[in-house]
Amino acid sequence: MDNLLSIVTFIPAVAALIMAVFLRGDDEAARKNAKWIALFATSATFFVSLFILAGFDRNNTDFQMVEDATWLMGLQYKMGVDGISILFVLLATFMMPLVIAASWNVETRVKEYMIAFLMLETLMLGVFMALDLVLFYVFFEAGLIPMFLIIGIWGGANRIYASFKFFLYTFLGSVLMLIAMVAMFADAGTTDIAKLLVHEFSYGSFDLLGIHIVGGMQTLMFLAFFASFAVKMPMWPVHTWLPDAHVQAPTAGSIVLAAILLKMGGYGFLRFSLPMFPVGSDVLAPTVLWMSAIAIVYTSLVALVQQDMKKLIAYSSVAHMGFVTMGIFAANQQGIDGAIFQMISHGFISGALFLCVGVIYDRMHTREIDAYGGLVNRMPAYAMIFMFFTMANVGLPGTSGFVGEFLTLVAVFKVNTWVAAVATSGVVFSAAYALWLYRRVVMGDLIKESLKSITDMGTRERVIFAPLVVMTILLGVYPALVLDIIGPSVTALVTNYETALAAADAVSQAASQ
Amino acid sequence: MSADLNIILPEILLALFAIFALLGGVYTGKDGVASTLVWLTSAAMVALAAWIGLTGTGTNVAFNGMFSDDGFSRFAKVVILLSTAAVLIMGEGYMNKRGLLRFEYPILVALSVVGMMMMVSASDLMALYMGLELQSLALYVVASLRRDSARSTEAGLKYFVLGALSSGILLYGASLIYGYAGTTLFSGIIQTAVHGDVSVGLLFGLIFVISGMAFKVSAVPFHMWTPDVYEGAPTPITAFFATAPKVAAMGLFARVMHDAFGNAIPDWQQVIALISLLSMFLGAVAAIGQTNIKRLMAYSSIAHMGYALMGLAAGTALGVEAMLVYMTIYVTMNIGTFAFILSMEKGGQPVTDIASLNMYAKAQPGRAFAMLILLFSLAGVPPMLGFFGKLYVLRAAYDAGLAWLAIAGVIASVIGAFYYLRIVFFMYFGEEQAEGLDASKSTILWGFLMASAGIMVFGIINMFGVEPAATAAAAALVN
Repeated sequence: MDNLLSIVTFIPAVAALIMAVFLRGDDEAARKNAKWIALFATSATFFVSLFILAGFDRNNTDFQMVEDATWLMGLQYKMGVDGISILFVLLATFMMPLVIAASWNVETRVKEYMIAFLMLETLMLGVFMALDLVLFYVFFEAGLIPMFLIIGIWGGANRIYASFKFFLYTFLGSVLMLIAMVAMFADAGTTDIAKLLVHEFSYGSFDLLGIHIVGGMQTLMFLAFFASFAVKMPMWPVHTWLPDAHVQAPTAGSIVLAAILLKMGGYGFLRFSLPMFPVGSDVLAPTVLWMSAIAIVYTSLVALVQQDMKKLIAYSSVAHMGFVTMGIFAANQQGIDGAIFQMISHGFISGALFLCVGVIYDRMHTREIDAYGGLVNRMPAYAMIFMFFTMANVGLPGTSGFVGEFLTLVAVFKVNTWVAAVATSGVVFSAAYALWLYRRVVMGDLIKESLKSITDMGTRERVIFAPLVVMTILLGVYPALVLDIIGPSVTALVTNYETALAAADAVSQAASQ
Repeated sequence: MSADLNIILPEILLALFAIFALLGGVYTGKDGVASTLVWLTSAAMVALAAWIGLTGTGTNVAFNGMFSDDGFSRFAKVVILLSTAAVLIMGEGYMNKRGLLRFEYPILVALSVVGMMMMVSASDLMALYMGLELQSLALYVVASLRRDSARSTEAGLKYFVLGALSSGILLYGASLIYGYAGTTLFSGIIQTAVHGDVSVGLLFGLIFVISGMAFKVSAVPFHMWTPDVYEGAPTPITAFFATAPKVAAMGLFARVMHDAFGNAIPDWQQVIALISLLSMFLGAVAAIGQTNIKRLMAYSSIAHMGYALMGLAAGTALGVEAMLVYMTIYVTMNIGTFAFILSMEKGGQPVTDIASLNMYAKAQPGRAFAMLILLFSLAGVPPMLGFFGKLYVLRAAYDAGLAWLAIAGVIASVIGAFYYLRIVFFMYFGEEQAEGLDASKSTILWGFLMASAGIMVFGIINMFGVEPAATAAAAALVN
């Protein structure tokens, strides 16, 4: 199959189109059909995406299964995967059927809801596979539209504010990246990512508006891309859209946001910032490392005082993404291995945590922590699942959460011990807020009248959690499953990065002599 | 002489058509034939567009260089003719229902199109002014077509007074240019206006001419008439104002700048870049507070003209190409958007209040979705075609060393996204109200809306071949 990647990408879109054209009416039957079509389409996408894994040569660090066609304005429709992107593709296809299953209780405008999620899946997959700058940007930005609608239509009470904030915040971040892309196009004469990866962008320092810019063009472009990816990630201090969006989004929206959309930022750093602007990255890496460390500690502390469960988990997401950026900009093998691992694992864990909130929200229609307590008495199975993912979130050895945190901390220790020290304290805080949340919601006596009749998880909910539990444990005890796939590509990335820096160093030394 | 007439044949045919239609209208059923005339005029325009687009080749100059028929003018003419035809057909039902469909309406529109075709082909200051005035006079009249409405006559009067002022300014500039260049022919002016050697008088003339043309494209600071005229004129006429005349004025702008002042690009580049910047920001900011969708579209068009001018400011062939592509996409989007606005009715009466769209998506999911696509396209959000238009002009500006303008442009586009999202908010997120809009039955409006939305989505595959045509057109103008 020559077009495997395009097929995987566009299965959900085609399903959405079919639904839009053929599914009529808004009665019970139509809703059911919409749900089943969506579940079928996402499952089919996952199944077909396994062929990508099967056909992937893990020792080859080039892009594989490449499709290439000419497009407008001298752009290309080019898709491909390598060791860095393939797991994100699989993460997205793996999570989407669960997301659809988690939305089974949606009753308003079901057809539109499913169409939005299916379109979102296509766009997310496109982001991870696109090998053309503009194609990447198109997928990256277009994802805002369905997400804007998901938050705005199916969200909570304050959804309008949250949806506008989400859209405009991320849009503003991205347009600067667009300018940088235009600049790259002008400089390299191509938008082919494979060619841009070997193109050397100029890094001679110059003065702009009276400011001396070390690293020249590379630094500026790095900053432009950083504006976009840091918002998307989100990094402190531009993370403020995330708690709002998470709190107001429906459960399924939160899962997609946390599990997949946030990973686009990290993927962007690995695909563009680090390999294309090595000098710029090197100039700004210390700043980014400190920002990450602050993010880890600060957002963990903020999480500690939250009243709203979703907000707490949202802040915890920001903290965990701090480990990711820290790992990436440590720029060594462990760091990037750990960052990718952390992103994959966070996809499962944070998805599951939002699902945990969704389970009790569906029953009680509140996310206030104070409204709960003593759930263990009525919901033993739920208590166990929640416990498991709380522990995974804290990074208990044996779960996938541990591996990523450990690797990134080791990596950053080699680069900057102080950052490592600060970040490690974040691990303690994360245990504090997670365990405290768990104690307040699940433990204790069941005294609240309203909770006396709450029921434990049903079969559907158990089935959704099962694959997440399996993956979390599997990756926790056998991380090689991931590391073997990403290893060679990461090694190549790190080698190229170091070679480029050494070359730049040699040039500047030759100039100073 | 007959060779000259051959070159200008499309304009002659359309003018003759208008004159005979006028005679026919007067001597027959008057307003009774208006509906037929609308369709006939549209058919004539489509036929002319096909003829010009399919058979025109090379560069042909007529009347000793006063009129040139080249790839650039043909591209603009095809866009003008097709969009006018579309707007005429779209508005027919609306005008008919409200007793506004007089037989003069299609005739005036046809005459203004003749003026526009002159404008984009003009290679001489006199020819330029002739085309511009023919266009403008017809537009003044149609703006006040609804004689019994104070708003409509106010719109017409405002447009007329300010338009006359701008024509005066332009004429003054033209006379200065003539005085200092010694000729009104663009091919002569370009010899005199060489960068580094431009006399002060010529420079003043250039600035006055730019001011006059900025008025016609409604660029800041000559934009004040736009919201009032858009709001006051009957909606089909607003739709017309928003499409063909803008293309013609931009075409004229590009022609004067490159054909007459192509050797003095650094002298006008900063001016155009500045009005582009101001237009983008004013359009984006001022639209936020609007509650009337027609006024909103007026500010939106000001912002869009800012982006198109960004292409022009580049001063390169790529810039002109970007401008042409941008205008084509802009016109297509506006036709769809106005088809939607035309279908907004409550109890049979037209409404233009944005809040009346509350929960429109629930009642009319198909139309709401098409409008959603158009709005995101207007905002320049990928994957819609509107984004590619923006990308084009950004690229042109960046390549020409105007990176600051490109950065300002994208920031303005974020501000602008807000007010388009606000319409989406009303259509999709609002609370249900007792009385929604009427369910529109017009299949014509539905067709235009869907076609326009479809183009915005599927056009990203290859832009339906507009791109090579625009490249050729730009190459014909800039050399």
